[in-house]
Amino acid sequence: MAAQNLQSVPAELSPEEEAEAQAHFDRVMAEDSRIEPKDWMPAAYRKTLLRQISQHAHSEIIGMQPEANWISRAPSLKRKAILMAKVQDEAGHGLYLYSAAETLGQTRDKMMDDLIAGKARYSSIFNYPALTWADMGAIGWLVDGAAICNQVPLCRASYGPYGRAMVRICKEESFHQRQGFEILLELSNGTPEQKQMAQDAVNRWYAPALMMFGPPDDDSPNSKQSMAWNIKRFSNDELRSRFVGMMVEQVRVLGLTLPDDQVRFNEDTRKWEHGPLDWHEFQEVLAGRGPCNAQRLERRRAAHDDGAWVREAAAAYAAKQSKKTKEYAA
Amino acid sequence: MSTPGTNTDATETTGHGDISTGVAGSGDSNASATRITPGNALRPEDIALEVRTGLAEPTEDVAEYALRLGDDALILAQRLGHWISRAPELEEDVALGNIALDQLGHARSFLSYAGGAWDKTEDDLAYFRREHEFRSVQLFEQPNGDFAVTIARQFIVSYYQFELYRRLTESKDATLAAIAAKAVKEVDYHRDHSAQWILRLAGGTEESRTRMIHGLRLMWPYVNELFQDDDLTNRLAEAGAAVAPSTLREDFDRLTGDVLKEAELEVPDVPAAPGGGRFGKHSEHLGYILAEMQVLAREYPGAKW
Repeated sequence: MAAQNLQSVPAELSPEEEAEAQAHFDRVMAEDSRIEPKDWMPAAYRKTLLRQISQHAHSEIIGMQPEANWISRAPSLKRKAILMAKVQDEAGHGLYLYSAAETLGQTRDKMMDDLIAGKARYSSIFNYPALTWADMGAIGWLVDGAAICNQVPLCRASYGPYGRAMVRICKEESFHQRQGFEILLELSNGTPEQKQMAQDAVNRWYAPALMMFGPPDDDSPNSKQSMAWNIKRFSNDELRSRFVGMMVEQVRVLGLTLPDDQVRFNEDTRKWEHGPLDWHEFQEVLAGRGPCNAQRLERRRAAHDDGAWVREAAAAYAAKQSKKTKEYAA
Repeated sequence: MSTPGTNTDATETTGHGDISTGVAGSGDSNASATRITPGNALRPEDIALEVRTGLAEPTEDVAEYALRLGDDALILAQRLGHWISRAPELEEDVALGNIALDQLGHARSFLSYAGGAWDKTEDDLAYFRREHEFRSVQLFEQPNGDFAVTIARQFIVSYYQFELYRRLTESKDATLAAIAAKAVKEVDYHRDHSAQWILRLAGGTEESRTRMIHGLRLMWPYVNELFQDDDLTNRLAEAGAAVAPSTLREDFDRLTGDVLKEAELEVPDVPAAPGGGRFGKHSEHLGYILAEMQVLAREYPGAKW
């Protein structure tokens, strides 16, 4: 793996050295500057980042499935091409993110094993089924829209490889959201059945999309530390509120409605508010009891297992070639 | 990277380095928010516009020919698209997805052009024809099988398409030449991808070698059909608009032979299938492909997406 050269290996430090390293780290945080793979970092910072980046990578990879479900049935060739490109981008995002996580000292193989074993999490949104073509629109508009709200601030994350990966990912996500919006717009202006299909998809994806920002602030114990480390810039509720404000504007242009009659702008707090969300459902899906959890993991496991002989062949071939090259050189 | 075969700069030698050759006008580039193609790359939308405005109009023969090549690429794209999210490695999700997208792009261009003769759009042709109206050869509809089967199919397809498009850049039909000039560059990568995997799988483990040999044996019966001439191709070749398929065979055999030799594999000694795809005779597989591909469009006839 190319990323191996970049991996930061925690070295044994004397107490004085460690104090100095910690002081450097604290200075970087205070200056809102960047930590790079070879810099010293607190073990908890490394662990938090590794968890967050690998979860993010897993979400991209599992997130390919609900959309791949419609590639073969896309109703026009143009839509098929756009959808294929989008799902392919997601594989690319997964690759950048696994590479970023590898700089923290974990191999992609290990992360993949953890995912398949059900030990690692991914965004709970992808455990909902993509039932109609309009879901391709709602996923792009709402799910990628929420992802952008979450991810744009991550471009400034204090860990260099993560922030840089996010810059590129955000550019592509913005294209993804636009294509979702365009699908819904077309449906909304289509036949009554198409418009109904669009509204139904928005109704189903709205609440799960709002829950993508994570639990309410008073129930999100890790947020504070992540903000102190300049990984997270805004609280879950803050981002959720901003997102609702954006959607309120855009849903009007779509000619559809949000399935929430309690959305309002609070003049006192200057924030957008929304109706209650079913956090019990969120916890259930996170715990593995969502509509598609078993299916999603099984698909990933099957692809991984079915492809094992291919990866073994590639490794064996590379080893033979490298041996040949060495023999030739000698 | 050891890509077997040479002559990769066909586009230079044939004077179609500028891939906008043969297609005038710049298209309605603001018609869609999601259509972002850098530079002057030839897009299916441009061809559709040319056809709508009468700037490009294929003869009946050329349209039939474009339909054949478009159907080949479309059916392959539909097959390859299935691999996305199921590939042996993430890198292959990306690679196979990319090849599928390239093929879909070629299909859209060829079908948009073909439709010009019958006042039909690419989607009319893709979604509202039945099995016997498709003109793809049978190789393209063969099931993906395992990764080795897919690679075997890719290997045959990419070497065939490269030789075809390379020559088609010199077509007297400017639109066919322009589509081929764009496609040949992309198919060159497909060749590289399949050849690399042939070498890896043949020279990897005992299991991968066995599977690779099996994959090639499964696909090889459909090679012959690719190179069959008929009245249409004879007429078009005569007119300098298309390529007689039989004239591609020698280069195909030589170049695929080089790769197989490097991989220490034999050219499979298997009986050839009779083919007939160009006349609407298909294997049992095509019906399922179309059923899935067309279901939504047919559920809402006349709807826009």
